[in-house]
Amino acid sequence: MQHKVLDAKDVVIRFAGDSGDGMQLTGSLFANTSAVYGNSLSTFPDFPAEIRAPKGTVSGVSGFQVHIGSTDVRTPGDFCDLLVAMNPAALKVSAHWVKRTGMILVNQDAFDDASLLKAGFTKNPFEELGVQDRDIIIVPVSSLTGTSLRGSALDNKSIDKCKNMFVLGMACYIFSRPLDYLYEYIETKFGKKHPEMVYPNKKVLFDGFNYAANLQMVPNTYHIAPAPLEKGTYRNITGNQATAWGLMAAAEKAGLQLFCGSYPITPATSILEELAIYKSLNVKTMQAEDEIAGICTAIGAAYAGSLAVTTTSGPGLALKSEALGLAVMAELPLVVVDVQRAGPSTGIPTKTEQTDLNQILYGRNGECPVAVIAPHSPSDCFDAAFYAAKTALEHMVPVVVASEGFLGNGSEPWRIPSMKDYPAIKPPFVSGELPEGGFKPFERDPETLARKWAVPGLKDFEHRIGGLEKDHNGVLSSAPLNHDLMVRERAEKIERIAASIPLLAVDGPAEGGLLVVGWGGTYGHIFSAVDEVRAEGKPVSFAHFEWINPLPANTAEVLRRFDKVLVCELNSGHFAAWLRIKFPDLQILQCNKVQGQPFLVGEIVEAIHKAEEE
Amino acid sequence: MAEKYTFKDFKSNQEVRWCPGCGDHGVLAALQRALPMVCEARNYTREQFVMVSGIGCSSRLPYYLDTYGFHSIHGRALPIATGIKVANPHLSVWVSTGDGDSLAIGGNHFIHAIRRNIDINVILFNNRIYGLTKGQYSPTSKFGMITKTSPYGTVEHPFNPGSLVLGAKGTFFARSLDTELQLNEEIMVEAARHDGTSVMEMLTNCVIFNNGTHADITDREVRADRTILLRHGEKMIFGKNRDKGLVLDGRQLKVVTIGQDGVTEDDILVHDAHNPDLGLHTMLAEMKYPEYPVALGVIRAVRDLTYDDCIIEQFEKVKATSRIQSMDDLLHSGATWEV
Repeated sequence: MQHKVLDAKDVVIRFAGDSGDGMQLTGSLFANTSAVYGNSLSTFPDFPAEIRAPKGTVSGVSGFQVHIGSTDVRTPGDFCDLLVAMNPAALKVSAHWVKRTGMILVNQDAFDDASLLKAGFTKNPFEELGVQDRDIIIVPVSSLTGTSLRGSALDNKSIDKCKNMFVLGMACYIFSRPLDYLYEYIETKFGKKHPEMVYPNKKVLFDGFNYAANLQMVPNTYHIAPAPLEKGTYRNITGNQATAWGLMAAAEKAGLQLFCGSYPITPATSILEELAIYKSLNVKTMQAEDEIAGICTAIGAAYAGSLAVTTTSGPGLALKSEALGLAVMAELPLVVVDVQRAGPSTGIPTKTEQTDLNQILYGRNGECPVAVIAPHSPSDCFDAAFYAAKTALEHMVPVVVASEGFLGNGSEPWRIPSMKDYPAIKPPFVSGELPEGGFKPFERDPETLARKWAVPGLKDFEHRIGGLEKDHNGVLSSAPLNHDLMVRERAEKIERIAASIPLLAVDGPAEGGLLVVGWGGTYGHIFSAVDEVRAEGKPVSFAHFEWINPLPANTAEVLRRFDKVLVCELNSGHFAAWLRIKFPDLQILQCNKVQGQPFLVGEIVEAIHKAEEE
Repeated sequence: MAEKYTFKDFKSNQEVRWCPGCGDHGVLAALQRALPMVCEARNYTREQFVMVSGIGCSSRLPYYLDTYGFHSIHGRALPIATGIKVANPHLSVWVSTGDGDSLAIGGNHFIHAIRRNIDINVILFNNRIYGLTKGQYSPTSKFGMITKTSPYGTVEHPFNPGSLVLGAKGTFFARSLDTELQLNEEIMVEAARHDGTSVMEMLTNCVIFNNGTHADITDREVRADRTILLRHGEKMIFGKNRDKGLVLDGRQLKVVTIGQDGVTEDDILVHDAHNPDLGLHTMLAEMKYPEYPVALGVIRAVRDLTYDDCIIEQFEKVKATSRIQSMDDLLHSGATWEV
């Protein structure tokens, strides 16, 4: 058989195995190698909440999908070209994600009778799953790894742990990835602490690559050319890391200390972990005793003059809601990051959703508006966090960053920005001189309605704030008209942020029949779906919201130029309802999914077709 | 050189709205008198004080003090105060809280602040009742107490705040009565001198909903016999006639009378507030009338690492040694590649 190297525009690879098989690492290494090679890419880690679920069970399957391409890749891909299944359970969970033309690589050694039975198979697993017509590559990965390391000083358990390198090597051969980056990675990772692991890992990787090459187990291999990326220095970044960095960048621009008070919660924890490292950038972090203490320490730090942050996910935001109301009432700058996950209650902690939007917009007592911004990709979390902090500081309001598990854990190559390209941040600190008649804590800036920030330690500006209603002078007041005024001013203050945020842009015709609308992490999927529909020759426009509250100033104008608006979101219609409240005259259609999973591009394409017919 | 202040400098222009006869008035007065002394002792200026409170009668206190103040939400004064202190360790951070605020809704924060030993001063007004919500039992109400929510008597065992503080390995605990103006000033100054979480339990009287709750020990005629004022380095002697004292009998405290059964003053224990061992301090804090006199004064004041100092130390160390000194450094750190 003549071996051919075929050029592919893009391919999707999914690594699946037991929670302990190292699939997250294998997937991210494949992604990083591809990034360094110059591909555009998007990743989707899909793992269970259990750290080590019972071995070989369906509930313990951990997956990592990576989509690489020579053009702009915007999603982790719906279906994969190669599935690597390290055991029968992984095959069972992931087989239906393999394209009709796709390949399935399985570890033969893990397909013994007991493991098959544990995954619920009784006869041929491929036939049972209806995937027998895919290209099935059966490789005794465990024994080959053992052979590869025969005579090494490692014990059997450590040898077996290297088997993920074998499949990574095979995948690198199939998709023409050079191994240099991986060698470098292995040396850096193990070089200092576990030098004995450097050679075995490199050896197994190399042997996996050559095994695939020598045995010609795949009819063709693929080459995915580098994408025409903008010139510059790149790095990989996850959404949570970008969020942490965006916050630190804002603190630097504002010349303030960054304080983060948080409580560990999936999938937000890595933001706190990341911030805890960078004390050298003027960051103080506190792991509080609970979610409420997390936000309350942050509120205290805000009062004391820091850029204050708390990070959480849905259940944690629920606990923080009273304190968030206090921040609204006390008019203190505060950034709350909500990395949304499937709810309600504990829900499905490691799975993504956009189901917190209603909670973020409405989940407090009293008239209690907060500003809300939603990042649209892992690297965009940097900008979203930066501008959330800028807005909080300059307008003296709490701002919620509505991130998502999909963004927080997902990663992509990111062209490293320069801090000189970001604007200065100028909080409304009181000037040193005491105004005549004394300091009035709730006197407002005529333009933004922001109050002035007088930080404890400043002589003659002693004042009291708190959760009770006050008048502009900071004196407690239960006067009906004063309350009415303050309620309206606090709302108006949020609305006026619209003057300093970008206008809503439309991709495609600026007017017409259908406008597809999204917000947050669905951006890539919606954009890809819109592209597919356009490729069919149908004009369709697309607008993606970054700011949810306030909406961009031109929102009404933009939406009203279309007959219908189709809102796609991973909840039962929260943003659609938000738009209906604001613009009751619009015809708003919905495309919703609440499965703890991102959209498939195909699902949105179908919804667009349906919307066009309606 | 610190400015010279008098109590007037700490009086705000707000009208004090506690009920006439409320025990809180006395604590406020003591605080306003203590703060000028705190300024002198620790070289503070007025603008360095922040008074944080939660919700309840006692939590209104920040309005009456002309310092920076934050009247927050129910139970959360301690985490807010913690955030303030961590953000700016140069501030003198105080918390005014009640038995419901700090031991019920805020109980979790109470033990964790103490466990961390962050340098804040907590005045805990214990009137054993919910006053602002008009008379429901609190976590310190006596077992069997009849209130609006316990019309047949509570069936809950009360907390002793001192046990909680010492159980969480607190480094400073003092107890006093609302009416003991001078003692309270002393305790407040001592608390301010102490680096770490200082808890001052003030037994206060709620004239409306729990009048006389502490009367069995606070009434003028019986106070001397039913309380004992502990002072570091002094004998544990009490009583109208200064003839009663505390001794250790096996592993328990025992009240003895000097001159009886061969007991002399030499046998009486000497109070050592600075002893790190929790055993005797816990026994002292847990003494209850009628078996024992109730202990007042500074029961425990021991030095230990404080949370804020440790944070600053780590912060400065990492700052001095890290290669990442700016965002641009960070952005270009680790694995990067050129396109």
